Amino acid sequence: MEHIISVTVENKFGVLSRVAGLFSGRGFNIESLSVAPTLDPSMSQMTIVTSGDERIIEQIVKHLNKLIDVIKVVDLNETEFVSRETAIIKVHTKDADRAEALRIVDIFRANVIDSTTSTYTIEVSGDPKKIEAIINLLQPLGIKDLVRTGRVAVAREPVRPVSVQTKKVARE
Amino acid sequence: MKLTGAQIFIECLKREGVKTVFALPGGVVLKIFDTLHQQKDIEIILTRHEQGAGHMAEGYAKATGKAGVCLVTSGPGMTNVITALADAYMDSVPLVCFSGQVPTSLIGNDAFQEADNVGLSRPCTKYNFLVKDVNDLAATIKEAFYIATTGRPGPVLVDIPKDVSMAEAEFSYPNSVSIRGYNPTYEGNKWQIKQAAEAITKARKPILYVGGGVVFSGASQELLELAEMTQIPVDMTLMGLGAFPGEHPLSLGMMGMHGTYEANMAVHYSDLVIAVGSRFDDRVTGKVSEFCPHAKVIHIDIDPTSIRKNIHVDVPIVGDCKTVLRELNQILRATVNGEQKELRKPWWNQIQAWRQAHPLTYQQEKDGPIKPQQVVKRLYELTKDRDPIVSTDVGQHQMWAAQYFKLAKPNRWLTSGGLGTMGFGFPAAMGAQAAFRNRLVLCIAGDGSIQMNMQEMATAVVSKLPVKIIILNNRFHGMVRQWQDLFYSGRYASSDLENTPDFVKLAEAYGAVGLRADKVADLDSVLRKAIETEGPVIVDIPTYRFENCYPMIPAGGCNHEMILEDPPELKQKQAGGKNVTPEDKDTVLTA
Ligand SMILES: Cc1cc2nc3c(=O)[nH]c(=O)nc-3n(C[C@H](O)[C@H](O)[C@H](O)COP(=O)(O)OP(=O)(O)OC[C@H]3O[C@@H](n4cnc5c(N)ncnc54)[C@H](O)[C@@H]3O)c2cc1C
Ligand SMILES: Cc1ncc(C[n+]2csc(CCOP(=O)(O)OP(=O)(O)O)c2C)c(N)n1
Ligand SMILES: [Mg+2]
Repeated sequence: MEHIISVTVENKFGVLSRVAGLFSGRGFNIESLSVAPTLDPSMSQMTIVTSGDERIIEQIVKHLNKLIDVIKVVDLNETEFVSRETAIIKVHTKDADRAEALRIVDIFRANVIDSTTSTYTIEVSGDPKKIEAIINLLQPLGIKDLVRTGRVAVAREPVRPVSVQTKKVARE
Repeated sequence: MKLTGAQIFIECLKREGVKTVFALPGGVVLKIFDTLHQQKDIEIILTRHEQGAGHMAEGYAKATGKAGVCLVTSGPGMTNVITALADAYMDSVPLVCFSGQVPTSLIGNDAFQEADNVGLSRPCTKYNFLVKDVNDLAATIKEAFYIATTGRPGPVLVDIPKDVSMAEAEFSYPNSVSIRGYNPTYEGNKWQIKQAAEAITKARKPILYVGGGVVFSGASQELLELAEMTQIPVDMTLMGLGAFPGEHPLSLGMMGMHGTYEANMAVHYSDLVIAVGSRFDDRVTGKVSEFCPHAKVIHIDIDPTSIRKNIHVDVPIVGDCKTVLRELNQILRATVNGEQKELRKPWWNQIQAWRQAHPLTYQQEKDGPIKPQQVVKRLYELTKDRDPIVSTDVGQHQMWAAQYFKLAKPNRWLTSGGLGTMGFGFPAAMGAQAAFRNRLVLCIAGDGSIQMNMQEMATAVVSKLPVKIIILNNRFHGMVRQWQDLFYSGRYASSDLENTPDFVKLAEAYGAVGLRADKVADLDSVLRKAIETEGPVIVDIPTYRFENCYPMIPAGGCNHEMILEDPPELKQKQAGGKNVTPEDKDTVLTA
């Protein structure tokens, strides 16, 4: 199952490679990873989209916690959260298509952030389904370039980080 | 007062109580060596290979419980020490390795002898640092020792560029360390400990499965109390040997692939497995889905990732063995009554029956070739009063050492379990000897393994580390040959070493003493002589070439399905005399 894990890390050199190395070294999946500094510039926030069964996710969370540069780990699937992804899509637009492109932008509440005589550059954000959908519609016009941020997410209510003491208790 | 980076390095080591550094110099660390050369508090043991330096630091750490320290140069010095770092990482050995780096201005320029030390060591260290500013050096070294020795111990690398060791800074050593992302848990969850105590009082067929964590934690006393109070039998992993006295009536010896019959049967048929500082390695569990199928599992481990990594755990307790066992014992003292012996009787009767059915065994004929087990057994009997430290290499000899050399106390057993590094034994023994100059340190080696770090004999002679190496010489990669005999129709693909060097002459060439025993009758006298000899000694013992190590659980097999002796077709083959006997050893050597 897909999990979104939010990881607060030290904002210093080499941390990204430690996290990436953990996933590759142990054969865990990374579907996407985004990282940027937090309000406190000494820390960064990573959002990692990964997948695996319960046991694997438990190990991923524990191993992330074990990394010395990791300050806090929250498995967002344990709570309610909102998530977004942004895509920037450059479409090739012949005269005839320009109106159609704008219509699509409108429907998806996307924005045109740049335009030349033969292109529109469109910014769209939302959940992955919405992004897939707009991509599908724009494809016939000719997509020249596409970049996606990967997902970022935040819990709706404050949540406690996953603690070291495993929560499960004895079965009787 | 301002100090150079090199001086700061030394001041920090002194404050960490470091007495010995295992090291090999090179261009970018010359300043550090030059400064070390001008002081007397810290001894430098100059090794002949950086892998040797790393394993020596490991041996030092395992024997003392403190961090071992090694120092290597950039580039090839660093790549050479990687095996030792990986070994220490797998076996949770506290190690601080300092590597030299090219000057900061040249990093990334493919400078002479440059390597990405932090990148190379990342997957095989607990943590690593590149020090870019001399002002950070002291605090970094403090953190390095703190991380290496706390929580689940492990190796830490500190990479010091040349200019940082030469630059100057005000020296002040921090009193304490606080790392917001690193707070190992020592106290176990009280409620869970109570659950554990309850499970223990209810269990009819419990078993303790103790590992290296008990040794690191110094929890042997607490373990002894727990076992004696509750009369629970004790299985040890390879890394846990010594955590519980090997001769104690409650000890079932080693468990796992080459563990004793009773140890493996007991864990298989138990109704409660109490894992203490052990990590359910596949050499112990065999087929995971059938590991202790009838048992509830309690797991005490300081590292949450060890828990439920490959086995379902009913009562997980994250914490330090010593702290948790203390608390557990306290609860049990109040609830367990004096009738434990009575209560456990049926279980112990069963275990005794297993013990008697298939004890460890081998056949030593009086005039026949020397059996490797006989060597270990006699070595044990001849030295046990001296409380020796024993190291091993990797292979069959390692398993026989584990089976027949019974350790009374922790920190006496130096072996490479997780990585299984051939060549570990000799330098590890030297590291322990460097820490305890007057103790008897034995290295039980294989003829294959010893050749992987033989060069350190020069170090042993020069630095006066009187390790006694006993080579169980079967002229085979014996462990590989055993698998080939059992699982590859006896085709000895690259396992027959055919000829080994004359180890007696080799010892002499290094300025050490070489001895050989090739008859059973000579064994005791030669071993005695070795023990009495002052300096380093190699004892070469040609042993029966085709001896196999049993019991054996084939990889992925179940713990109660052990192979206990050579299968008939193998016996036949060996009896058929197709194979060379040890008698022709001399002809090979003198040929
Ligand atoms: C040729 C060969 C054959 C082998 N055959 C066998 C065999 O038959 N049987 C066998 O047992 N092994 C065997 N091994 C070794 C095996 O591969 C593993 O290394 C070994 O089983 C692991 O031992 P352990 O579980 O005690 O864990 P260790 O590697 O010693 O790990 C210690 C555990 O304790 C935890 N810990 C550390 N400090 C503390 C603390 N203070 N408090 C609490 N927990 C702590 C750690 O987090 C870790 O989980 C063999 C190895 C080789 C090379
Ligand atoms: C560095 C390294 N290379 C290869 C192996 C694989 N291996 C495991 S045991 C073994 C043979 C060891 O031979 P020897 O030291 O003579 O011991 P024996 O089994 O004969 O007692 C080999 C090659 C290893 N463990 N380590
Ligand atoms: Mg051999």
